[in-house]
Amino acid sequence: MDIATGGSIQKADLNKSANATDWPATGEIIIPMPIFAPVGRMFLAFLALVGRVTVFAGRTVGHMVTPPFYFRLIFKQMREIGYFSLPVVAMTTLFAGMVLALQSYSGFSRFSAESAVATVVVISMTRELGPVLAGLMVAGRVGAAIAAEIGTMRVTEQIDALVTLSTNPFKYLVVPRVVAGLVTLPMLVLIGDIIGVLGGYLVGVNKLGFNEGSYIRNTFQYLEQLDVISGLVKAAVFGFLITLMGCYHGYHSRGGAQGVGQATTNAVVSSSILILISNYIVTELFFTR
Amino acid sequence: MSDTAKISLRDVHKSFGPKKVLQGINLDVGPGESVAIIGGSGTGKSVTLKCVLGLLVPEQGSIKVNGTEMVGASRSTREEMLAHTGMLFQGAALFDSLPVWENVAFGLIEGRGMKRKQARDIAIARLADVGLGAEVANMSPASLSGGMQKRVGLARAIATEPEILFFDEPTTGIDPIMGDVINDLIVKCTRELGACAMTITHDMASARKIADRVAMLYQGKIIWDGPVSEIDNADNPYLQQFVSGDIEGPLDLDLKHL
Ligand SMILES: Nc1ncnc2c1ncn2[C@@H]1O[C@H](COP(=O)(O)OP(=O)(O)OP(=O)(O)O)[C@@H](O)[C@H]1O
Ligand SMILES: [Mg+2]
Repeated sequence: MDIATGGSIQKADLNKSANATDWPATGEIIIPMPIFAPVGRMFLAFLALVGRVTVFAGRTVGHMVTPPFYFRLIFKQMREIGYFSLPVVAMTTLFAGMVLALQSYSGFSRFSAESAVATVVVISMTRELGPVLAGLMVAGRVGAAIAAEIGTMRVTEQIDALVTLSTNPFKYLVVPRVVAGLVTLPMLVLIGDIIGVLGGYLVGVNKLGFNEGSYIRNTFQYLEQLDVISGLVKAAVFGFLITLMGCYHGYHSRGGAQGVGQATTNAVVSSSILILISNYIVTELFFTR
Repeated sequence: MSDTAKISLRDVHKSFGPKKVLQGINLDVGPGESVAIIGGSGTGKSVTLKCVLGLLVPEQGSIKVNGTEMVGASRSTREEMLAHTGMLFQGAALFDSLPVWENVAFGLIEGRGMKRKQARDIAIARLADVGLGAEVANMSPASLSGGMQKRVGLARAIATEPEILFFDEPTTGIDPIMGDVINDLIVKCTRELGACAMTITHDMASARKIADRVAMLYQGKIIWDGPVSEIDNADNPYLQQFVSGDIEGPLDLDLKHL
C-alpha cells in the first residue's frame, strides 16, 4: 500500500544522516549507485564462482587419488576425448603448420632470413600453436559434450540415481573424464606437433623450394627439449581445465534442456578463456627467469 | 514407535527459496511396513523421499533411518544407509550410457562388486519380474517406452534386495494389467521379503493393494495417517475428497478460481 512512500522516506533519512555524520559538509556528493552496485555484485559473484570451482577441483583431485578407480571408464573416456579428437586436431595443426611456413617465408625473405623458416615452424608449433590450437578445438568438442552429458544426467536425476546405487558421482563421472583429459591431451598435442611440422615441411619443400634434407636438418638444429616439454605441460594443464569445466558446469546445471544448453555454452567459453590465461602463465613460468 | 521405526521423520522442513514445500512432516514407517503417501500434484511427495535419501537437505527437523540420524550425517553413514535402500525415481532416471541390463545390475556390479556374468543373470530375472523379456536386456533405455523405462527402474531398485524401498509413482504411465503385476511385485517385496516401503502414488486402487498404511500430504504437512482399511470411513474431509476424486471440497488445488 505505501511501499513507495516508505521507501522514499527511508532514502531521505539515509541522506540526512549521511550528510550529518559521515560526510564532511562540502556540498552534495552524488554516488552513482546504479553503476557500483551491479559491478560489485558481479565481482562478488565472480569470486564466489572461483571459490566453487576451486572446491570442485579440490574434490576431483581428492577422489582421483583414492580408490575405487574405474579403469574401464577411464579408458572409455580416453577413447572419447583423445582418440576421437585426433581428426580435428590433425586438421587444425596441419594447416597451421602450412600457413606458418608460408607466412614466415614471406616475412623473413624481407631480410633474407628464409633459412629460419623451418626453425620458426617447429618452435611455434611445439611451444604455442600445437597446445593452444589443440586445446581450443578439444574445448569446443569435448568440453561441450561433457557438459551436455553430465548436465542431462543432472536434470534427469541420473546423478541422484547414482548416489542411491552407492556410487559416488565424482568418482564415476568426473574423475574418469578429468584423468582422460590430463593424459590424452599431451598425446594429442605431440601428434599435432608432428603433423604441424609435417605441414610446414610439405609447404617448404613443394611450394617454397627448400631442399628436403636441409629443411629437416634446420627443423631439428635449434629445437630444444624444453620447447616440446613446455608444450606438453601446457597440454596437460589444458586437458585438466577443459574436462574440469565441462564437468563443473554439467554437474551444476539446472532447469531442464535450457539449463543444459547454458551449461554447455559456459563450459566452452570458460575453458577457452582459461586456456588462454593459463597458457600465458605456463609460458612465463618456463621461459622467464 | 519411533525407537523401533525403520524410518522416522520429525518436524521436517524444506523450502526452495521463498517457496515452503515441507512445513513439519511427521511420519514413521515400521519394519516390514508399507506406507503409501498420497497428495495433490506438487505438494512435496517426491521432495519428502529425496530428503530421506539425503539427496535434498532439510533446513530443519530430524530424519532417522534404522535409528541413525541422517540429517547432517557423515558421508560414510549415509553410504551405509544407501547400501540397504532401493529407489525408483518418478522419471525412472535410467543411465542412458548403459544398456538396460547394466542399469538393472548396476547396484550389484558397482555397489556389491559382483561378477558381470552373474549380475547379468540376476538382472534378466528381475526384468522378468516386471514383465520384460530378455530381448530388452541389450537395448538402450532411450529406445524403451515410458512405461517400460519405469519398470526397468523398478527392477533396478529391487535388484539388490534392499531392506528399505522407495517407489515414486510405480504404476503411473503403466497399463492396468501390468500395473497389477507391479502391485503384486511390491507386495512380494514387502510382505514376503520383509522390506519396508514408502510408495508415492496417485492411484488409490494401487494404494489399497500395496499399503498397510496411508499418509496424506497437504500444504507441507501430513494431515491424515492411518491404516488403509480406514480411508473410506475416516472423517477427514480432505482425505475424503482426495479418495473420491471430487472437484468440490476443502482441498485447495488451485482449481477454485477456474
Ligand atoms: N530442485 C528444486 N528446486 C526448486 N523447487 C523444487 C525443486 N524440487 C521440487 N521443487 C518444488 O517443490 C514442490 C514439490 O515438488 P515435488 O516434486 O515433491 O511434488 P510431488 O508432490 O512429487 O508432485 P507430483 O505428484 O506431481 O510428482 C513443487 O512445487 C516444486 O516446484
Ligand atoms: Mg513427484
